[in-house]
Amino acid sequence: MTGKRIVTATINGKAVWLAVDNRMSLLDALREAAGLTGAKEGCLTGDCGACSVIMNGRVVDSCLVMAAEAEGATLTTVEGIANGSQLHPLQKQFLRHAALQCGICTPGFLVSAKALLDATPNPTEHEIRYWMAGNLCRCTGYEKILSAVKDAAAELRNAKG
Amino acid sequence: MGKLQVTEQSKRYKVIGTRPVRHDGEDKVTGRARYGGDLFFKDLLWCKVLRSPHAHAKILSIDASRALRLPGVMAIVTSADLPRLEDRMVESGEGVENLKFMTDRLLARDKVLFKGHAIAAVAAVDVWTAEEACNLIEVKYEPLKAVVDPLEAMAEGAPLLHGTLTTMTLGKKVQKASNVCTHTQFKRGDVHAAFKGSDVVIEREFRTKTTHQGYIELHTATALARSDGQITVWTSTQGGFAAREQIATILALPLSRIKVVPMEIGGGFGGRIPVYMEPIVALLSIRTGKPVKHTMTRAEDFQATGPASATVSRIKIGARKDGTFTALQAWMAYEGGAFPGNWGATGAMCVFSAYKAEHLLVDSLDVMTNTPKVAAYRAPSSPQAMWGVDSVVDEIAETLKMDPLELRLKNAVEEGSLKADGLPYGRIGLRECLLAARQTEHWKSPLPEGPYTGRGTAVGFWHNAGLQSSAIVPINMDGTASVVTGSVDIGGSRASMAIIAAETLGLKAEEVRPSVADTDSIGHTDVTGGSRTTMTTGQAVYEACQDAIAQMKLRVAKLWDTQAEHVEFKDGRFVHAKDPGKTMTVKQLAPNLPRTGGPVQGRASVLTRQPGAGFGCHIADVQVDPDTGKVTVLRYTAVQDAGTAIHPSYVEGQMQGGVTQGIGWALNEEYVHNERGEMMNPGFLDYRMPTFPDVPHIETVIVEVPNPNHAYGVRGVGETPIVPPMATLHNAIAHAIGARVRSLPMTPHKVLDALMETAKMAAD
Repeated sequence: MTGKRIVTATINGKAVWLAVDNRMSLLDALREAAGLTGAKEGCLTGDCGACSVIMNGRVVDSCLVMAAEAEGATLTTVEGIANGSQLHPLQKQFLRHAALQCGICTPGFLVSAKALLDATPNPTEHEIRYWMAGNLCRCTGYEKILSAVKDAAAELRNAKG
Repeated sequence: MGKLQVTEQSKRYKVIGTRPVRHDGEDKVTGRARYGGDLFFKDLLWCKVLRSPHAHAKILSIDASRALRLPGVMAIVTSADLPRLEDRMVESGEGVENLKFMTDRLLARDKVLFKGHAIAAVAAVDVWTAEEACNLIEVKYEPLKAVVDPLEAMAEGAPLLHGTLTTMTLGKKVQKASNVCTHTQFKRGDVHAAFKGSDVVIEREFRTKTTHQGYIELHTATALARSDGQITVWTSTQGGFAAREQIATILALPLSRIKVVPMEIGGGFGGRIPVYMEPIVALLSIRTGKPVKHTMTRAEDFQATGPASATVSRIKIGARKDGTFTALQAWMAYEGGAFPGNWGATGAMCVFSAYKAEHLLVDSLDVMTNTPKVAAYRAPSSPQAMWGVDSVVDEIAETLKMDPLELRLKNAVEEGSLKADGLPYGRIGLRECLLAARQTEHWKSPLPEGPYTGRGTAVGFWHNAGLQSSAIVPINMDGTASVVTGSVDIGGSRASMAIIAAETLGLKAEEVRPSVADTDSIGHTDVTGGSRTTMTTGQAVYEACQDAIAQMKLRVAKLWDTQAEHVEFKDGRFVHAKDPGKTMTVKQLAPNLPRTGGPVQGRASVLTRQPGAGFGCHIADVQVDPDTGKVTVLRYTAVQDAGTAIHPSYVEGQMQGGVTQGIGWALNEEYVHNERGEMMNPGFLDYRMPTFPDVPHIETVIVEVPNPNHAYGVRGVGETPIVPPMATLHNAIAHAIGARVRSLPMTPHKVLDALMETAKMAAD
């Protein structure tokens, strides 16, 4: 099990190779080897969603994926959601609605919400609540997150016209 | 989303009451913000902790020799490496703590007192080596009988946690050793005579289980000790200064040797006031000369950090036929965990905080148990005390066939009413909250249709803390400003500090840059806790701005060739008292600062003793599934007095977040212990906090009864909203099923049992 390897992957549109320990999770690899600390450690058991990233089109808890499993994968982290200096509508709406307090769960919610809106441009409230049932927030009571996701969805739909 | 009741008071303001984007927001939505765990150094050593598998045992020996021989292990420390501190009480964050117990809590010395109690800490080249080394440390234990229930811990013959500790009862030491560390009593009049003369007397017993703050960020700390003796600690803490004091005390070092850099913090709710790892990683860094980092697992976080007390309480209230309360009596026992605390005393102040009565008797006990030492959790001790009261109040309303809000209005405390300790309240807003609740759409609308639905209401209180804060406000050469404080920002307080400075200086919120300083860069500031930051640190920011304004008046006087007393500052600009047409803004003055005497920075340090109590009133509709006992919260409204809402979105956010934690405490959350005192559910899967689909829309109504002790009328808002949900939901469930569940959490099986009981009684 011990030993090191090189993992090549596409992270936020950029081809990278990462030197990782075989025992590392994808979360550790992103945070320590790639320097992308946006994905957070909340439980390391797949229960809180703070480490959510999109891997080959699916939202995963990166704490439950081994770094070695990401070989050849396409990954999107919270750092890859904005378009350069232009914030994604989800990011703008989270700020406008004050949908974060401490902000530790925010990267996971943004990644999860982005995957939802990529697949479902006009989600119902029920769909939003259940899609993000795996993302825990202890500060906000979810109310303002709901408003932010709804408004971001509308903004994205309007932009597509 | 929320409705803000605008009073005459808040209409006066230009920036206060607006909702600017928080200044630290972009970093938090792009992943750039640096939290405690986000630091990595090239030569970082990783720390892991060996913890007790027993809830109660003597430590016979610790042998780390095999572990030390493992390649990659750099240092191992145990309690033997910590200085022995004297038996003396010191201020620590939100309470007082005995020095001797501070070190014993951190690393067990002769006995382990709870499962998860730290015994040894390893620093190694990677986390796996540190873990493996922990497994190689040999500890010989003599297991002892453990006790986790506060009532069992009080019983005759219960295993004693500390063999020699006796009870401090009503200020006096009792001779016999006991697990009860303090008995607090408040007494007014003669409750026994008053109960005899009452038309209605109801007495009930209530229980709650241990709960956890459940912040999402794991406890984490990193330290670097240099060879010149200077130590830097990067950590997620609610107070850099409180952390520094605890580290310095435990390591017996001067404060000047330690710098604490408070990183962005992923939630605290009181749980990040005590330090758990900071002194240990500092000690390991002293030993190795390298930076050392420790991050707990979630299981360690549940088992080895301070949760909130389990409680048993008996509440008795007497009333006349017209609803006037005659006498209030409470007996309460608070789980304190493995070391002496003061949570029962805190609860004694909260229990009848909302109601007036001539006669009052409160007895409250702090009981030590083989569980981690209890820490503050949002309005600590208040939810456990108040929910039983508002259940009994609801039963009195039913008995007297009175509207529950009317009954509460009749007995609600107001300015001049006496608190349990006999001191009078200042200006408070409970009545205004109850009146506002009665006017809500929610209260006026009928219950949702369907079987087993019910509506409940209840109130909540928190003292709000004042304490000490420092602020610096440098004026920039272009007329913008910075605000530097020592208050860690957990929920958007930087935005509030910027708003207060902007309002005071006549700037826009965006023209003020707020930041949180480390312990080298600002004067002492107490923790972000006790709902004190916007109130007290906000007051410090206001006074620092006034200091800057006073300095700037001298400069304006120079430019106008007049005396400073002729320069006034009104509506955000300097005005010539003799020539009101002559005005100057801070922006216009700023470029002239270099040639009129140099830079200007305002500064202030404040100590607030009269912070202004906070009250709220909640309303909930629930539906109970008669087959499973599951409770669904259909609708929820929270009403609260914020004094003045500086940034209404973050006030609403505090209310909605408090409600959600309260829903969890009411319906799901509890530590489940086995007979050996082990927590059986130390993870988010089994300690189930509310998820997105579990909570309804939470409507908010902000009431503004300005706090006369604050420049802008601010009251703390963070803690009060966790208090009412337990009784609000309990009362709603009672109305839905016709039975009362007097034990938290009100899980499906307890609700189902209550339902079946009423069905049986109806059949009989």
